[in-house]
Amino acid sequence: MTLLHAINLTRDYATRAGLFSRLQSVRAVDGVSLTLTPGRTLGLVGESGCGKSTTGRLVLGLEPPSSGEVRFADAAMPKPGSKQWRQLRARMQMVFQDPLGALDRRMTVAQLVHEPLVIHGMAAGPERTLLVAAAMDAAGIGPDLAPRHPHELSGGQRQRAVIARALVTNPDLLVCDEPVSALDVSIQAQVINRLVDVQQERGIAMLFISHDLKLVRQISHEVAVMYLGRIVEQGAPDAIFTDPLHPYTKALVSAIPSITRRSTPRIVLDGDPPNPANRPSGCAFHPRCREAVASCRVDTPALRPTADGRSVACHLVPSVTVSEAA
Amino acid sequence: MSASLADRKAASTPPDLVEIRDLVVTFGDQPAVRGLDLTLRRGEALGIVGESGCGKSVTWLAALGLLPPTATVEGSVRLAGQELLGAAPATLDTLRGGRIAIIFQDPTSSLNPVHRVGTQVREALRLHRGMDHRAAAAEALRLFDLVGIPDSRRRVDLYPHELSGGQNQRVMIAMALAGQPDVLIADEPTTALDATIQAQILELLQKVQRETGMALVLISHDLGVVAELCQRVGVMYAGRMVEMAEASQLFAHPLHPYTKGLLAALPDLSGPRRRLVPIQGSVPEPGAMPAGCAFMPRCPDQQRQCTALPALRELAPAHHVACVRAPIMRAAP
Repeated sequence: MTLLHAINLTRDYATRAGLFSRLQSVRAVDGVSLTLTPGRTLGLVGESGCGKSTTGRLVLGLEPPSSGEVRFADAAMPKPGSKQWRQLRARMQMVFQDPLGALDRRMTVAQLVHEPLVIHGMAAGPERTLLVAAAMDAAGIGPDLAPRHPHELSGGQRQRAVIARALVTNPDLLVCDEPVSALDVSIQAQVINRLVDVQQERGIAMLFISHDLKLVRQISHEVAVMYLGRIVEQGAPDAIFTDPLHPYTKALVSAIPSITRRSTPRIVLDGDPPNPANRPSGCAFHPRCREAVASCRVDTPALRPTADGRSVACHLVPSVTVSEAA
Repeated sequence: MSASLADRKAASTPPDLVEIRDLVVTFGDQPAVRGLDLTLRRGEALGIVGESGCGKSVTWLAALGLLPPTATVEGSVRLAGQELLGAAPATLDTLRGGRIAIIFQDPTSSLNPVHRVGTQVREALRLHRGMDHRAAAAEALRLFDLVGIPDSRRRVDLYPHELSGGQNQRVMIAMALAGQPDVLIADEPTTALDATIQAQILELLQKVQRETGMALVLISHDLGVVAELCQRVGVMYAGRMVEMAEASQLFAHPLHPYTKGLLAALPDLSGPRRRLVPIQGSVPEPGAMPAGCAFMPRCPDQQRQCTALPALRELAPAHHVACVRAPIMRAAP
């Protein structure tokens, strides 16, 4: 059962390299397909500029794809800003990184959680009060916080207020973009546990976008690793994080500092992530890849299934082709 | 016997480089550091971890006289025997960037945007090493190579905005090394960087520390970063040191409930997935510190005796803990 299907999404932006230079097109997302299922979480990881946040915005229809299609509950996503899209938005909510920026400072927590019901014209009177109470309870906000303003809350309480606001319309889909990155470790765990519980109780489909691999492993049923606008590896979290196949995933996983002694030496990549405006030919990772061969400079590898059930976009990783399988 | 005494006298450099005693920092009536004792040895890598507001950065800003006049600083900070608190501004000016260098989280805003990066490093070399233009230019290039900036001859002429965040942090490290410091204080040096760039900078810090023999103070909220780089680690909570030990000892056998809580709250990249165990509640407000142990309201093991202020005691060799319950917990099977 699929709730949302994103098919071959691309997103181009027009930018200038300098003040007087010509407009050039930059591809932030380049052929991303993904599937979101009720009660399950897809984790989207990658470094800054890899297109993970843009993918999240495309999935919600907050901006239109340059090509490709998003299908929600077996229907094409209505045009962003249209009446049908606004109706659909109640079923898809987003949780951002910066809770203070996402909350109107003049409103109380109760008003903030109540507001989406007004915006979407959902329920009325006592039923609204019940929905607000349920959302606050699900997000782990006690009734004592209801009359407070955002600046009177701690960082963790604010982020839970944002989550309550997202939950009040009973969404089927939650897109979380770095939802706990601004929080301290001890508070992160509170919010993550809350998100996991709510998702299980309500059967929400979740897209969890983060640069933090440890968090993504903790919360996801499936993980997709992005590099320069494309998914380079996708599969079960334990497969990807214990035995990465794509050379970029290998480096990314080995770069994560850990308090447990590492058994394998750290792979330190040379150079910076490339600029999307100046995309290397062939496989975008080849200038930093230690395993690259001649074909990597020419051919862009497609995301293909491997024998153990994940997908990898690398010429050097053996794939299962349709003809072999037959 | 007399020989060993002579040996000790002959060792003209004492092993302790920085000695902080009873440091108290207050902003108005809000305490930020509430009585801190800390010793940094020559050449060691010391990690300081803790959550936002625990005083881990303020400690070092206070030590270097970098806090605004609204802050009151009491206690003692000695660098190789020389008192820094209350020292003349001219004295501090030569020490900062000279014997003590500091780098921050956001390299791009720490650099001057209107000067070429090479000019900024050369200025540090002229100030702290008295080099003339020609010598400074040559040394700047050497430092750029040392910190791994590729194509250094061209990059010295670029402006900070023309370099990536990782490259700018390398420039900051080059500038810090310009004064040939005895200690480099790195305050969240990789927090603003991507994972693969963080790995590069951590490797670089390790390399320059090994090659120059300087001491390193690594301030971070990330226990993993500290575990990778540091021999000794101190954990701060609400303006005090609550635990201090060798890194391997601290992470394998934490004794303070707060350290234990931090480790249980942290997801890992390997091993079985388990539900995270958060620390309940939140850090007390600076204006409303509980009497006694500041962690008591959140502590799963609080007792009546926790209302008394726990001193930092050595409970195992070189393992100091500020918890009245820790010896009992440790003795329990």
